[in-house]
Parts: sequence; structure tokens; C-alpha cells
Amino acid sequence: MIIADEMKYTKTHEWVKTDGIKCYVGLTDYAQIHLGQIVFVDLPEVGDELGAGDQFAEVESVKAVSEVYTPVSGTVEAINEELLDNPAALNDDAYSSWLVLIEMTDAAETESLMSPAEYNELCEKLDEEAVH
Amino acid sequence: MNKTPLFEKHLECKGKLIDFGGWELPVEYSGIILEHEAVRNAAGLFDVSHMGEVIVSGEDAENYLQMMVTNDISGMEVSQIYYSPMCYPNGGVVDDLLIYKYNREKYLLVVNASNTQKDVEWLQSHLFGKTEIKDVSSEYAQLALQGPAAQKILQKITEKDLDEIKFFYFCDPVNIGGISALISRNGYTGEDGFEILMAHDDAPVLWDKLMAAGKEEGLIPAGLGARDTLRFEVCLPLYGHELEKEITPLEAGLGFFVKLNKDDFIGKEALIKQKDEGLKRKLCALEMIERGIPRAEYEVFAGDEKIGHITTGSYSPTLNKNIGLALLNTEFSAEGTIVEVAVRNKRVQAKVEKKPFYEKKYKK
Repeated sequence: MIIADEMKYTKTHEWVKTDGIKCYVGLTDYAQIHLGQIVFVDLPEVGDELGAGDQFAEVESVKAVSEVYTPVSGTVEAINEELLDNPAALNDDAYSSWLVLIEMTDAAETESLMSPAEYNELCEKLDEEAVH
Repeated sequence: MNKTPLFEKHLECKGKLIDFGGWELPVEYSGIILEHEAVRNAAGLFDVSHMGEVIVSGEDAENYLQMMVTNDISGMEVSQIYYSPMCYPNGGVVDDLLIYKYNREKYLLVVNASNTQKDVEWLQSHLFGKTEIKDVSSEYAQLALQGPAAQKILQKITEKDLDEIKFFYFCDPVNIGGISALISRNGYTGEDGFEILMAHDDAPVLWDKLMAAGKEEGLIPAGLGARDTLRFEVCLPLYGHELEKEITPLEAGLGFFVKLNKDDFIGKEALIKQKDEGLKRKLCALEMIERGIPRAEYEVFAGDEKIGHITTGSYSPTLNKNIGLALLNTEFSAEGTIVEVAVRNKRVQAKVEKKPFYEKKYKK
């Protein structure tokens, strides 16, 4: 499993990468591994207003439906349309396969998110629980 | 949780284990789609040891089974297998099962794992004449070797000429690599293949022998996930989805296995009445027109009217399409009808198609 250094992470397995008041949101490598081969992605529309904690996308494998939440509030400025036709790109590289680009209304919302080290700890803990 | 004798093999093969009706079984190993494709193009090996096995024996075994199931077993040959629903008096389904005939006084039933206890109680409570029921589920393990390369692989480790075992027939016992087993030509994938029933403790050895024999042909272990997508593409029903207490075999499109002209059987009256009055709902194949994957229990609409629900739905690896089986009001069941599936908070268009989605490739 890969945890990219330049991202921040959520407990619900999203990553965010900020650039000023712009923020890319995606699904972590841990999430794609646990979902299996992804066969469907549903994304919001450009211009949609999102609040922190809102569900904004669905990612589906053959067996499972997984909801994706945004940790930041703002407006959807772009969606990764390539994923609509090629959802398996999420399996190939979870960190280059961003889902949406959000123009944030409150950049401070990213401050409480997990660091790569903290997220790594969470994943290890979850894997350990799964074994026992 | 219950473990099959192949539990250690699943761990060795890095199976992703889940709780399947109280059984700890792999949903996938290398990936559902990879396993699905292996079975369609080469071969896959499934652990189906969780299935229940019940022996029905005694002088009156044939008459008794005739009363219990909807299919007509009077014409069955020795070593033949029949599929049949088993119904409640109201026509709803207790279970669907395979009946293996040894002779008129001995049959083996293979039933759905999660229904085993219910089935045994149901069968016990309707016993008559000189008939005995014995649940032997814990004594047996079962493997399913499925796919176009199945026969070639199995033939490598048995002297028995497998051409002699026709579709829906079995041979017992057969020596496979030193292990005594029951071999039948059948399965739950729509491909040619075999199911192998053996003593519980022999399963790990046979698993290894089959995996080794199938290496060149591309045999891989396959889990419950692929088993489900494979059976679903060829529209084989799964109890709890296409069949259940509130769904009759006629509604599920299994009229071929309901012989309304045979002597009395449980559910006969209700099923005759349903047929005479005309079916109010039918199991239909849906293909999504708009973006979305139908999933079990999603509601189906025509305008504002709810007209049914999805029984099974998934991405289809073979067709690369999103498809579903749905129990729909009959007036919306004609091919070409456009309906809407409620996928979460959206209505997504789908079209009624011909069943099955994928033609079975049985070797008959």
C-alpha cells in the first residue's frame, strides 16, 4: 500500500492535496485495494456546492458500493471525467486519479486532517483488527 | 464461524475472507473479474463445501420426494441429477436443490448452505411411509471445477473416462488421484464443468492435485464473488434473491421445473391457481441504458409507479455492461420496455432484454 507524502488524509479514506484555495480530493490506495477492481464512478457536476462531510461521489467495485465524502466545503470546479470511462484508473494509481477539484470556502478545514504518518497508523490498526 | 476443510488453502491462496451465511469463505483471491474470466476462458476451482447434503432413503423415498419437490422425478435414471424447487403450500420456495438418484430407495439432495437446517426440518416434518432423512453435510466437502478446460484438467488425475459422465449425471465412486469421490457434470457458472463430492478430510489433498494438474491450462482458485457474477450472467437463480418464501418458481421463470400435471405435491394447488389466473409479476433481465449499476433490492419504476425490484444486479465482466435481474409487474415485462431503476437518489433508465444475458456453454 502506498501513502503519498504530499497529501493529507481523512478517516473515511479520502486524500486531499491543496494548492492555495484549490483542493483536489481523491480516494486512497488503501481504499482501492480494499474495494477491488473498480467498475463504476459517479461524480458530482461542476458548480455543485459541497459542505464539509457531504457525500459527493460513489465508487463501485463488482461487489461493493463505496461512498466518498469531502472533508472541505466549497464549489466543484472540475471533475476527473477520465474516470467515468476508465474507473479502473483508480486501481492503477489512486493518487494521480483525483475525483474532484474544489474551490474551498475555508482553507483552514484541511488543518485538522491526518498527516501521512497518522493515516498510516490508522490503516495498520484497521488491518490488524481485520485479522483478529 | 464455520470453516470448510479448505480454510488453510484459502489463506495460502490469499483469499479475501468474508462471512457468508455463517461460513468463513473467500469472496475473491486474485480478483473477481480475473477469476470470472478464467472460468469463462480456461478454468476455476471453487470450494463449495458449505453446501448442505441430505440423504433420503427407504422404500418410499421416491414417492416421498415426489410430494416434496415440484419437478417430476419418476422418469429419473439411476445416476441422473435433477434440479428442482421445493415449495410451501402457497407456492413460495423453501429451497432449490439438486437431486442425485442412486436408486428408487436412495437419493442425495444438495441444498443451499444457509437453508440446510430449515430444509432438514421441513423434510422431517413431512416424512411418510418408510423414508428416512439424514443430514450428512458435515461429512462431506465439495469442489466445483468449472470452465472449458475443466475436463482436460480432471482427466489428468483420473482413469475414469469423463466423456462417459453426461451433463447432469454423476458417477460414484470415482478414484481421483487416490481419493474416492462422487463426480458430476454440472455447475453454477454456465460453463462445462464438474462438481466433486468427497470425504471432508480428503479435500485439501484433492485441491492441491487439481491446482497442480490445471497449472498449464490456467486454472486459478475462484471465490464467491465470481461464482455470483458467473451464475448471474446466465440467469441461474440464487435463493434469497430470485427465489424465496414470497416468490414462486413460476414467477422466477422456472416453470420448466414445475410439473403441474404430476400427482400431488406441496404447492401444486397454489401454483396451478397462479398459472390459471396469469402471473402478476415475472423475473426480467434488465440492461442499464444510463449510467449506474443496479443492485439487489433497488426499486424499479415506470413513471411514478413502483413496478418491482432488482433481485440481483452487477457489472457484467463478460459483457462489460451493467445488468440486473428484476421481478417486475407483468405488464412491464416485455422485451424492449423502458423502466427506471432507483439508484440511490437518482432514477436511471434501463431496458428489458431477453434472458439469459450470456448463453450457457454446457457440453451435452
